[in-house]
Amino acid sequence: MSTPAHASTKPYIIGFVLSLLLTTEAYILTTSHSFATGTIIIIVLVLAIVQLLVQLFFFLHLDRMAKTPWNILMFVFMAFTVSLVIFASLWIMKNLDYGHTHPAEQTSQYLKNNEDL
Amino acid sequence: MFGRLNFEALVHDPITMGGIVGAALAILAIIFFLTYFKKWTWLYKEWLTSLDPKKIGVMYILAATVMLLRGLADAVMMRVQQATSVGSHQGIVSADTFQQVFSAHGTIMIFFVAMGFMFGILNLIVPLQIGARDVAFPFMNSASFWLYIAGALLVNLSLAVGEFSAAGWLAYPPLSELAYSPGVGVDYWIWSLQIAGIGSLLSGVNFLVTIIKMRAPGMTMMKMPIFVWSVLGAMSLVAFAFPILTATLGMLGLDRLMGMHFFTSTLGGNPMMYVNLIWAWGHPEVYILILPAFGIFSELVATFSGKRLFGYKSMVIALMSITILSFLVWLHHFFTMGAGVDVNTFFGIMTMIIAVPTGVKVFNWLFTMYRGRIRFTTPMLWFLGFVTTFTIGGMTGVLMSLPAVDFQVHNSLFLVAHFHNVIIGGVLFGYFAGLSYWFPKITGFRLNEKLGKIAFWCWLIGFLLAFLPLYALGMMGATRRLDHYDASQGWQWLFIIAAVGVVVICAGVAFQVLQLVVSVLQRKSRLDLTGDTWNGRTLEWSVSSPAPEYNFAIIPTVSERDAFWVQKQALAAADPNAKPAKPNYLPIHMPKNTGLGMVIAGFAFLVGFGLIWHIWWLAIIGFVGIVVTLVVRSLDEDTEHVIPVSEIIELETKFAEARSQA
Repeated sequence: MSTPAHASTKPYIIGFVLSLLLTTEAYILTTSHSFATGTIIIIVLVLAIVQLLVQLFFFLHLDRMAKTPWNILMFVFMAFTVSLVIFASLWIMKNLDYGHTHPAEQTSQYLKNNEDL
Repeated sequence: MFGRLNFEALVHDPITMGGIVGAALAILAIIFFLTYFKKWTWLYKEWLTSLDPKKIGVMYILAATVMLLRGLADAVMMRVQQATSVGSHQGIVSADTFQQVFSAHGTIMIFFVAMGFMFGILNLIVPLQIGARDVAFPFMNSASFWLYIAGALLVNLSLAVGEFSAAGWLAYPPLSELAYSPGVGVDYWIWSLQIAGIGSLLSGVNFLVTIIKMRAPGMTMMKMPIFVWSVLGAMSLVAFAFPILTATLGMLGLDRLMGMHFFTSTLGGNPMMYVNLIWAWGHPEVYILILPAFGIFSELVATFSGKRLFGYKSMVIALMSITILSFLVWLHHFFTMGAGVDVNTFFGIMTMIIAVPTGVKVFNWLFTMYRGRIRFTTPMLWFLGFVTTFTIGGMTGVLMSLPAVDFQVHNSLFLVAHFHNVIIGGVLFGYFAGLSYWFPKITGFRLNEKLGKIAFWCWLIGFLLAFLPLYALGMMGATRRLDHYDASQGWQWLFIIAAVGVVVICAGVAFQVLQLVVSVLQRKSRLDLTGDTWNGRTLEWSVSSPAPEYNFAIIPTVSERDAFWVQKQALAAADPNAKPAKPNYLPIHMPKNTGLGMVIAGFAFLVGFGLIWHIWWLAIIGFVGIVVTLVVRSLDEDTEHVIPVSEIIELETKFAEARSQA
């Protein structure tokens, strides 16, 4: 038997360094306020997706998945549930906001004035 | 030094004090007996440190039973309060205590009773049914169990030290936020669920891998027992729904600990997002509980009808459809929160659709019984009770899937009646059926059938008396969580009937305890020597009762569904004079006992306690402790012991002799 592929620690170290970099990057961006808020949100989202891919490839070995149908099935189910929860939540929350009589800022103001918050 | 913790935390009203003293006396009695009979070493070596899923399963069930008694005591208090707190009478507890009681009742019954029974049965049966010797990750299994215990301890500790959440079993913000619940109650709720929830998540992954990777040779997916299919569905839900719970509780925890604003009403927070997220976990959760119950019923209805299960394939399709659909219906828990017509309609229709596969299963069970030779044993009675009550509960559920109807009965006692109808009539009856069905396999002796049947009838009648009036009350406008109402409402007589129902349920529980005690005392005359108590169909019945540590001396090779039934048929057809081939036993490697799972949970308990009371150093010690323990465990190379062939031969010969004499 040859040495199993997962015996090498190299991808783990590369992955670890990359994910640390991506996390610090996001932190610096949000605390330094060097861009407009809207831009920062987009950049952080992109960083998060890159982070996700880094973890999938370097830690969970998505590239080796082709040989294991169970992993693919589980991955598809995960992708399905995650996107379902995210997009359905966005849809629901947008709908709920629309249904509100007062915009969020007015509600905040009301609570500050009347409920001592 | 001790954060918010001071002596005031120990002061309580008389009823709570009574509960604390009772619990303390029970603990002292147990400690006394263990010391007097010198059983501490036995307890530690044989049970607490065991990695054998069969022993972990028994411990889960014992813990869940204790929690069931606690939850039942809460239920009795609620029923007494609502039956007596009318007009000028104020009932037995204050409004604040009442809120803690119903919050504790819901939390305990779902997280610590239903989940505990479920994981207990999974541990006991899944490896045996798939012809495996163990679960995929034995150490993680033990850690999961102890995390569950740590969560349960925190919930019970809140009775004596401080208070419990008064914000309902799902702690909706803004009520559960710091501004409205400044005490430690909600923190107890968050951290006990967080710890137990991580245990459940780990268990979910564990059983998922066990089922996918460790089936006996020849057992393809479509040859798995249907219970294993139901567990596969439930565990995929655990793996994908529990992270949502962890994240949601984490955000609520950050709001309360660090003054963040995820779910506050001000500064950009949105309490509605919490409701959305908690139900995105909460709805799959109810299917996590009910799917294994469906699996249990499918097994026993085939066994006790003496027929193979009707429509195996349609059953598998139904189970898998429910697994996927259960992620698509969560909004029906908050139709009234203000979403528009299109959102409510979509989720309403999805809710109606999910009832279809469930209906398919009901018909499959009925057709399995059709023309079968039915044996009316206790497990079968639980099944028949389940089919009737669960169908009523299912239909009231479909009724409420119409948003227009839901607006009328939302948060009323109609809803309370509905979900108790499916959770008691479905989940609890299912686990009781499973426990009485597999009891001989777990312990090696049979339960007293007569007392079991009396207990069943008490439960069924008590259940109907306790919850049918709630449907009526809900229609009459009684909302849930009422600690007091006006006499002119005319509700009291219905509440009194419901209280009588709870008394009958208590009698059922008493008969179950009596059944257990009597059966243990008579165990010598009730031994199950054959290992096949009920003329079963699946592999767990092919080994001795209780199963040996290694489950199977030789891993069976499976060629058909109902593997053990096929084996028995082949044996009956074979030439009786032919000498069976001498089995070729090999030494078996099994995991060594270890107490480190317990240590991890102990540290997790410290983290929880520290965060609840703002004792930061304690939380840090706990956290560092968990990491260090994990590293210590990872560095340990010597985690297995070998069962020698001589021991296997001895055990197997003993079983073969006992079986031939029985």
